[in-house]
Amino acid sequence: MSSISVQNLHASINGQEILRGLDIAFSQGEVHAVMGPNGSGKSTLAKVMAGHPDYEVTEGDIFLDGESILEMEPDERARRGLFMAFQYPVEIPGVSNANFLRAALQAKLPQGEELDATDFYHRLYEKMDLLEMRREFTARSVNEGFSGGEKKRNEILQLAILEPAFAVLDETDSGLDIDALKVVANGVNKLRGPKLGVLLITHYQRLLNYIVPDFVHVMHAGKIVLSGGKELALELESKGYDWLKEEDAETPAISHAAVTK
Amino acid sequence: MSTANNTIEIDRSVGDFHFDIKSARDAGTGLTESTIDYIVDAKQEPDWIREFRKNAFQIFKDKPLPTHWASHELDAIDFDKIRYYLASGEAAKRSWEEVPDEIKQTFERLGIPESERKFLAGVEAQFDSEAVYSNIKKAVSDQGVIFVGSTEGLKQHPEIFRKWFGKVIPTGDNKFSALNSAVFSGGSFIYVPPGVKVKHPLQAYFRINAENFGQFERTLIIADEGAELMYMEGCTAPKFTTATLHSAVVELVAMPGAKIQYVTVQNWSPNVFNLVTKRGMAMEEAEIKWIDCNIGSRLTMKYPGVVLKGRKARGEVISIALAGDGQHQDTGAKMIHAADETTSNIVSKSISVGKGRATYRGLVHVPKHLKGCKNNTECDALLINAHSRTDTYPAITVRGTGNATQHEASVSQISAEQIFYMQQRGLSEGQAMSLAVNGFVNDLVRQFPMEYSVELKRLIDLEMEGSVG
Repeated sequence: MSSISVQNLHASINGQEILRGLDIAFSQGEVHAVMGPNGSGKSTLAKVMAGHPDYEVTEGDIFLDGESILEMEPDERARRGLFMAFQYPVEIPGVSNANFLRAALQAKLPQGEELDATDFYHRLYEKMDLLEMRREFTARSVNEGFSGGEKKRNEILQLAILEPAFAVLDETDSGLDIDALKVVANGVNKLRGPKLGVLLITHYQRLLNYIVPDFVHVMHAGKIVLSGGKELALELESKGYDWLKEEDAETPAISHAAVTK
Repeated sequence: MSTANNTIEIDRSVGDFHFDIKSARDAGTGLTESTIDYIVDAKQEPDWIREFRKNAFQIFKDKPLPTHWASHELDAIDFDKIRYYLASGEAAKRSWEEVPDEIKQTFERLGIPESERKFLAGVEAQFDSEAVYSNIKKAVSDQGVIFVGSTEGLKQHPEIFRKWFGKVIPTGDNKFSALNSAVFSGGSFIYVPPGVKVKHPLQAYFRINAENFGQFERTLIIADEGAELMYMEGCTAPKFTTATLHSAVVELVAMPGAKIQYVTVQNWSPNVFNLVTKRGMAMEEAEIKWIDCNIGSRLTMKYPGVVLKGRKARGEVISIALAGDGQHQDTGAKMIHAADETTSNIVSKSISVGKGRATYRGLVHVPKHLKGCKNNTECDALLINAHSRTDTYPAITVRGTGNATQHEASVSQISAEQIFYMQQRGLSEGQAMSLAVNGFVNDLVRQFPMEYSVELKRLIDLEMEGSVG
């Protein structure tokens, strides 16, 4: 069983530190939710894990099965089984969904091996049926002219096709109405299982009504400040995030974070 | 696939290999009247051609290089150091087996006989100055279709050849059309009789093998009333350190109701100056479509055009240009409306990589006395790197009241976010670039014949692979 371990991670963008000593670990088969107020660094965590070139890791490390991935290009991390569902999926004009997925699957194969076209379409249609997507979708350009819901559903389709060991879902619920949210959550639930570890990044508790996590972590000012079981999410719902700021004042260890207020 | 390794090796070298081949006929280096006499004698051409060539040579000498508007890179061409005619002295073979081994190997490496078997109605393969292989399927020649080299055309079919030769593109059109007219050799002559629709494409393949060489093929295609034809050409040359010149002239004549599609996929090595004049004349209700894809070369200057001479004639230019690092693709289209209710469409997409430069030059002319003419021009440029460059020079003159024109242009860049997104799905940076570029030209590539669109995708992949580091 594979696992990811993030240790004392510090990362900045344009010289500004966003992650300030973050620790989190998760394994295949588990669903972890990371919650926190805006600006706590949730999306940064996702991007740094995926290797976004704008972020610089200044301290700490990320291990995949004990091996540091920090020196790996984003595509190598992806081929090693790390998937990220984007908060804002990118449009790629002129490239059909089918061609894109095919290219992505092909990239995972060893050099010289060709993806079998029949198998590919078989697999694609199977996953599309699972996510209740219409066939004409395959011919449309990647995310181009998609509604918010379609884009997010497309991310889940890519997740389904690529079958990574780990999926980081970055605010997958943002911008979705309740029906779209249900569809997306339903998709993730269908993909849940012993072979997939999920890091669910969300601002709102409502997503966790549909995707019930095994663990919940609360993030604030670039660190995980509290971890617990799924009941922690409900507690957050009733208390909101304001108490974190009060704790800042009381806890010297993280008091420097208060300046971001 | 068992041949996988083999294919990859060829992919990387593209056309970059050559064999040392002795040419029995060699006009030597430099251009004088005696070079022209040598060519005419070697080809045993009639006197009217000798005169035609000598007249053209005079015009060539008198005309300055067009550097007042075109690139000064042209100054790098040393006309005295070019070899103007190289050939084995043997007639083109009708069967593949008869082609000399080394030449056969060259074309086999480029996939020529295979594609003929698969989907073509006829093939001509030109090696340096002359066709080494020329074959047309019997079913097609039985329909009265003529498909021969230009020399055979002018000797065997003077009644059709002379009527149109040099009429669409006059010798003095530009310095390079004059040069071609002086020293032309090879290229195709095609005549399709009235009403004959050639189902499969005819193809010519142009290969430069020798260093310091100039290839000057001359193609004349006539589709008689209601006839239809698709012609495709592919071009390659090995990578030499010195300049090689390719300067073709292609004339198309579409008689009333005829349709001609002319498809080019060129992949020149970066030492080639590719200066080509291509124009068609479309009579009443005729249609001429140029599909032009320019990859490679040091400098390409090419503006396929259509003279819309008859009422309701249609002209179209679909072009893709990829300017790699250090290359300049100066391409575009010309649409000369000369009759009522004529329509023209120009869609041009260019990609500039590294310090590559893509220039679009368009000329659309609709005079005042015409009615009901329409033109649509779209040019889109994609810049890959910060130093890439693109320029657009559209010249559209539409006079009179009953005519319409529409022009759109865009410049875009592949964003870092797009690349990151694709990389996150497992594609390398180069693969991601390649996919984005293929996406950019996708709507045009779909208009290419299948075999060529696959080839084009492969060429784009190769170019983009080298663009990231």
